Amino acid sequence: MDYLEWSLIASQAITGLGLGVIYVLLAVGLSLIFGLMGVTNFAHGSLYMLGAYFTFTVLAFTGNFWLALLGGAFLVGVLGIVTEITLLRPLIGRSSDHALLLTFGLSLVLVEAVRLIWGKAGLELNAPSALSGAVDFGFMVFPQYRLFIIGVTAVTLIGLWLFLTRTNVGLIIRAGTRDPLMVRALGFNFNGIRTIVFGIGAGLAGLAGALVGPLGGVYAEMGVHIIIESFVVVVVGGMGSLLGAVIAGLVIGEVVSFTTLFAPKFSHLAVFIVMAVVLILRPSGLFGESGLME
Amino acid sequence: MTRWLTGQIVARPILAFVVVFTVFPFVIPYEGLAAQVLTYGLFALGFNIIYGYTGLLSFGHAAFWGLGAYGTGITLAKLGVTSLWIGIAAGVVAALLAGVVVGYLCLRRRGIYFAMLTLAFGQMIFFTAFHLSEWTGGDDGLRGIPRLPLELPGFDVELDTPLRLYYFIMVVVTLMLLGLKRVLESPFGAVVQAIRENQSRAAACGYDVRLVKLLAFTFSALFAGMAGALEAMRLNFVPIDALYWTTSAQVVIMTLIGGAGTFFGPFIGAAVFLLLQDWLSLVMESWSLVIGIIFIVFVLFMPRGIWGTLLDWLQRRHTPRDPAPDVAMPITAGKKEKGHA
Repeated sequence: MDYLEWSLIASQAITGLGLGVIYVLLAVGLSLIFGLMGVTNFAHGSLYMLGAYFTFTVLAFTGNFWLALLGGAFLVGVLGIVTEITLLRPLIGRSSDHALLLTFGLSLVLVEAVRLIWGKAGLELNAPSALSGAVDFGFMVFPQYRLFIIGVTAVTLIGLWLFLTRTNVGLIIRAGTRDPLMVRALGFNFNGIRTIVFGIGAGLAGLAGALVGPLGGVYAEMGVHIIIESFVVVVVGGMGSLLGAVIAGLVIGEVVSFTTLFAPKFSHLAVFIVMAVVLILRPSGLFGESGLME
Repeated sequence: MTRWLTGQIVARPILAFVVVFTVFPFVIPYEGLAAQVLTYGLFALGFNIIYGYTGLLSFGHAAFWGLGAYGTGITLAKLGVTSLWIGIAAGVVAALLAGVVVGYLCLRRRGIYFAMLTLAFGQMIFFTAFHLSEWTGGDDGLRGIPRLPLELPGFDVELDTPLRLYYFIMVVVTLMLLGLKRVLESPFGAVVQAIRENQSRAAACGYDVRLVKLLAFTFSALFAGMAGALEAMRLNFVPIDALYWTTSAQVVIMTLIGGAGTFFGPFIGAAVFLLLQDWLSLVMESWSLVIGIIFIVFVLFMPRGIWGTLLDWLQRRHTPRDPAPDVAMPITAGKKEKGHA
């Protein structure tokens, strides 16, 4: 290890953190939706992709990156709300496989619709010049935009945590995750809660896509790969567990980042190896309760 | 009339299959597409064993289809084996072994977890094949699979025309169907379906649920592997996409559109999907938009698929004295899950 510079390792660790927070944003949304609704949202990758496209369009109209970022996430959240009301509500009471299948069909439609509307070629989303510089830490230099992603995600997660723990709606959501029947019996509008949660999850996915847009470009297939990795994060963390999603997301981000450094060929495979090991040791994931969600 | 016909099909499924598929290549645009319906139909049939009959949604069946194809392809193209039978056997064995290992690991969990685990293991196999490009051709796919003659005792048959190849595939698929029918009608088949309806009760009756599920999964992988091996023969080529998760998704779509848990559903689904794809891709670029919308409509309004809905409808109109064995239980049966109260 002597020949490796520590600055390289530190820089790779921050890159991993930047990747990890994107997984966290996706996995927290997936886990929240799954925990409350029992729905495995296969369209999550497509919502992530749409976040980047909406941000691109809002940016083109307003020229303001901050507004575009918020607008992109917000529009995806609205789409999530519409989806929940029109497509997922009729499936209440059916096998949870059907919701998975439906959202999968939706993801096909969304990808193809995006190709029709914005064209097949990828788009370029530019971060404002204030964020495109690099920060000098003394021992290494790091791109500012990646730090910005980490910061935005941290603020968003703290906001989500405050919402879930300090507000009445958050309280009902947490109660609904534990026992939806009781929440309904107590007279709360459970369908409304489902809609809100799906909207929040979709909005988080949209934000993740909007944040990644300036890094990796905006293209219709950008959600196809990351959806599988997000599922892995949710499974590793334990389904329905938000803390698990956060920790697993960061761990997987670092795993991908460091395997890319040491053994680039295995960077995709490493994610699945981590998952296989975790599941053999702890079948319900790091923070999952056994027997839950089967 | 419809009822009589359906009754005949249900009573003599293998005969009906042979009659329909003997004339099939003459009624659709070209023989290659007809053979594709057979290979994908067999793939969907295998998937249906685990989804429709056992009640486990696998999202990783591309692994077995792809391993069947690569197993056959690598044996014939890279190892220089000159026997078609050994080539096919290699593909089927590869899928079978993978089925045992993946099944053992994934069957530790049920429901959505199972779906995600199979998906993840499928992707793991995809990336492994992707990087072993000396053997698999990597991103370009595996090229140069020879079209070998079929060695039968005493004489060889050249499979040099699309129609000959089609009938060879049809004979293999028919034999697989016969095997599946036997298995589904055996006590083992009954236990498999009992697990779908109520796993705890099956366990309480003394059945080793894990073992039965593993056997069903392996059996399903074997069918998918055979289908993949035939597809590799048909194309003389294996695209890397054969292992990608979108192929798993395709077989899920086919099975659901045709009718999960019914004997013929998977073939009807494969035929509808492939013919639709063939036709739509000629008239428009965004054909998968239409497929996606059709799929959503099926999930929402016809979750029993074309064949399942037809059987239900006939049964409701005239309740027969002797219920058709093909009328499967609704796939929606089973425990209600959290959040669906």
